[in-house]
Amino acid sequence: MVTSIHQLDDGAWVSVNDSREVNVSDLWQLARSDICDCDPTDFLAEGFVEVSVACGRVEARIAGQCIGCGTDGVTDWLELGRADPDTGAFRSVVPSSVHVPDRRRRLAAKE
Amino acid sequence: MPTKVEGWKDEAYGNEVRERIYEFAEEGWESIPDDEHDAWFERFKWWGLYHQRKGQESYFMMRIGTPNGVLEPGQLEVVADVADEFARGPADNPEFGGAVCDWTTRQSIQLHWIKLEDIPEIWDRLESVGLSTQQACGDSWRNIVGCPVAGKDKNEFIDAWPVAEELNETFKGNDDYANLPRKWKVSVTGCSEGCGQGDINDLAFEPAVKIIDGEETKGFNIRVGGGLSRKEPRLARSIDVFVTPEEAPDIAASCSALFREHGDRDDRFNARIKFLVDEWGAEKFRRVLEEEFVDGELRTAGEDLRDEYTYNAGHNHDDGEGHADHVGVHEQPDGNYYVGLSVLVGRMSAEETRELAHLADEYGSGEVRLTQRQNIIVTDVDSDRIDGFLEEDLLEYHSPEPGVFMRGSIACTGTEYCSLSIVETKNRMVRYGRWMQDNIDVPEGMTNFHTHLSGCTASCAQPQIADISLRGMKTRKDGEPVEAFDIGLGGGLGENPQFADWVEMRVAADEVPGYIRNLVEFFAEAREDGESFRAFIARHDEEALNGLVEPEETSYTDPYMHNTKMTWYPYAEDDDMGSSPAPTNGQGEPLPSDD
Ligand code: HEM
Ligand code: SF4
Ligand SMILES: [Zn+2]
Repeated sequence: MVTSIHQLDDGAWVSVNDSREVNVSDLWQLARSDICDCDPTDFLAEGFVEVSVACGRVEARIAGQCIGCGTDGVTDWLELGRADPDTGAFRSVVPSSVHVPDRRRRLAAKE
Repeated sequence: MPTKVEGWKDEAYGNEVRERIYEFAEEGWESIPDDEHDAWFERFKWWGLYHQRKGQESYFMMRIGTPNGVLEPGQLEVVADVADEFARGPADNPEFGGAVCDWTTRQSIQLHWIKLEDIPEIWDRLESVGLSTQQACGDSWRNIVGCPVAGKDKNEFIDAWPVAEELNETFKGNDDYANLPRKWKVSVTGCSEGCGQGDINDLAFEPAVKIIDGEETKGFNIRVGGGLSRKEPRLARSIDVFVTPEEAPDIAASCSALFREHGDRDDRFNARIKFLVDEWGAEKFRRVLEEEFVDGELRTAGEDLRDEYTYNAGHNHDDGEGHADHVGVHEQPDGNYYVGLSVLVGRMSAEETRELAHLADEYGSGEVRLTQRQNIIVTDVDSDRIDGFLEEDLLEYHSPEPGVFMRGSIACTGTEYCSLSIVETKNRMVRYGRWMQDNIDVPEGMTNFHTHLSGCTASCAQPQIADISLRGMKTRKDGEPVEAFDIGLGGGLGENPQFADWVEMRVAADEVPGYIRNLVEFFAEAREDGESFRAFIARHDEEALNGLVEPEETSYTDPYMHNTKMTWYPYAEDDDMGSSPAPTNGQGEPLPSDD
């Protein structure tokens, strides 16, 4: 099945196949992010700015700020998790483990 | 390219959605097709139904729009009954109990834990007394706000209640304006004190006077493009137009048609009219309005009353003049009284609400009114019986003479129900309010001190126009993530409205009361003679305010430090997301979940 993704309520959450899966207010640990020089960037997600999906892999750019140094900004593309192409079931990544935002723009279907 | 939401709205939106809600209610939660949840919940908003946050699937927040905050005789009791019967969730709130009513910052009513299956019965009861949830949320005309004592104010400039009523009748359910690019918030102010808060609305009618054919005519100046949301607060801007009260519906139609045609449907972040006014400027707005949306010529603005505005203007109301924040006992033109009760964070239990409805019937006309400070006013209290009313038990807690810190407290919905939230809000503000009342000496002459607490940048509690602005954040304490606030100072309305400067960032929630105490003590020592808090803050620049005093742990304790958004309900005994009973069926029994 085709994975359908929506970013709703001013970017408050990302829905994957019509189920709310990823929320603002999580803290994401980002390595080598462009947001700030903290390592890792201790990033409070305040809004999903863009979302995309390719082959079940759901990604987003997230607005928020590093709660270590206070710098705010929008991340490069981060993987949020994967949706099973057969069942549609979503497995989220764990925000509090370390993630590396990816500047490359995938050939993905934007929302 | 139009957004996905626009696509859903094109397929079905507005009045037609009602039939589908009836069908879904009849057949139950599971009858909403799995792959259409997002689309339907977006459409439900137009009917005042907002799906509660993750962990609370199948439960809805329901908003009832009460124009100008007016509840006519008989309506409050029905609200109490509906809340009592239908607004109970799987777990109670430790401060407020099981079934509550929220009085909101836009003079509306909000209920929670509403089940789809109950909506037809609730609508029946509400509509039987003339209440409605139509357009209470969603992309259209929202509840119209104004001076809550319109028509009951001894010094008012014009009675704007009939104007608000007519706008409500004209634009509620009106298919021509049902599908706008984003929400459309309108304020109508007829008093000379500025308490309609026009400056933070999309469209504002502000009292003004103009000489027309040699005659002094009372009416309104028009402002557009105010709003607080996200980190982009804007004050409404004058478009140099005056209208008479009779012309209000026409100009409102023109402005909302302009928004309908020119608002940004490609980017919801950029859709509010405030951004169009940024882009165009007021002059172009006026020109396009006149050329494309108005028959004939617009009048230029009249003389406004803004230099008389006292509402949230940073004055201390000790002179008994004017209606200030509407709390307390005030005489009406007919010799009766209105009595404003301070309702901490705008929340009353269903039981208290029913009791208040009875008191309003017994001592007054049965009418009550909601304010934009989340308070409630009982109007038309018989002049002979005012003393009896003031002795009623209910008024001991919801008091017309509250302490300064209780009186000034406002809080939004927060992690209890809201998807956008970062932190817990209402219960925390209740605890802050009580602690401040018990632990901070009120500086001499200070009758007003506004603390507005919002759980995120959407700013539903209007944090930017308070003395103390609190906006949900996170920080780390001993390495652990905890709930926190950015703190702003110096906001308020009045002749020269001012948004807060954000001066202390990421203060752990349990150190906020200590910060406020330190700041108030500093103010008491360093102020000039009789200087108000707002004036005192205004005299310091942002740099001086940074680090003026320190946040500090105190005797205040905070049970909600632990990332309440990650729970299914912050106060449940077992609050783990995985322990949520939702979604549930019409009896509140858990349904097997899909994933
Ligand atoms: C797209 C997201 C949202 C934005 C941008 C937003 C923004 C705002 C703003 C600025 C106000 C201040 C009142 C005024 O305009 O004068 C307001 C009011 C309010 N908001 Fe939100 N809000 C959003 C979503 C929510 C959600 C999800 C909830 C709760 C579940 C909520 C609850 C409230 C309440 C209770 C009020 C007062 C009421 C009223 O309109 O009657 N808001 N909102
Ligand atoms: S300010 Fe944020 S947290 Fe509070 S009710 Fe509004 S959207 Fe929710
Ligand atoms: Zn007023």
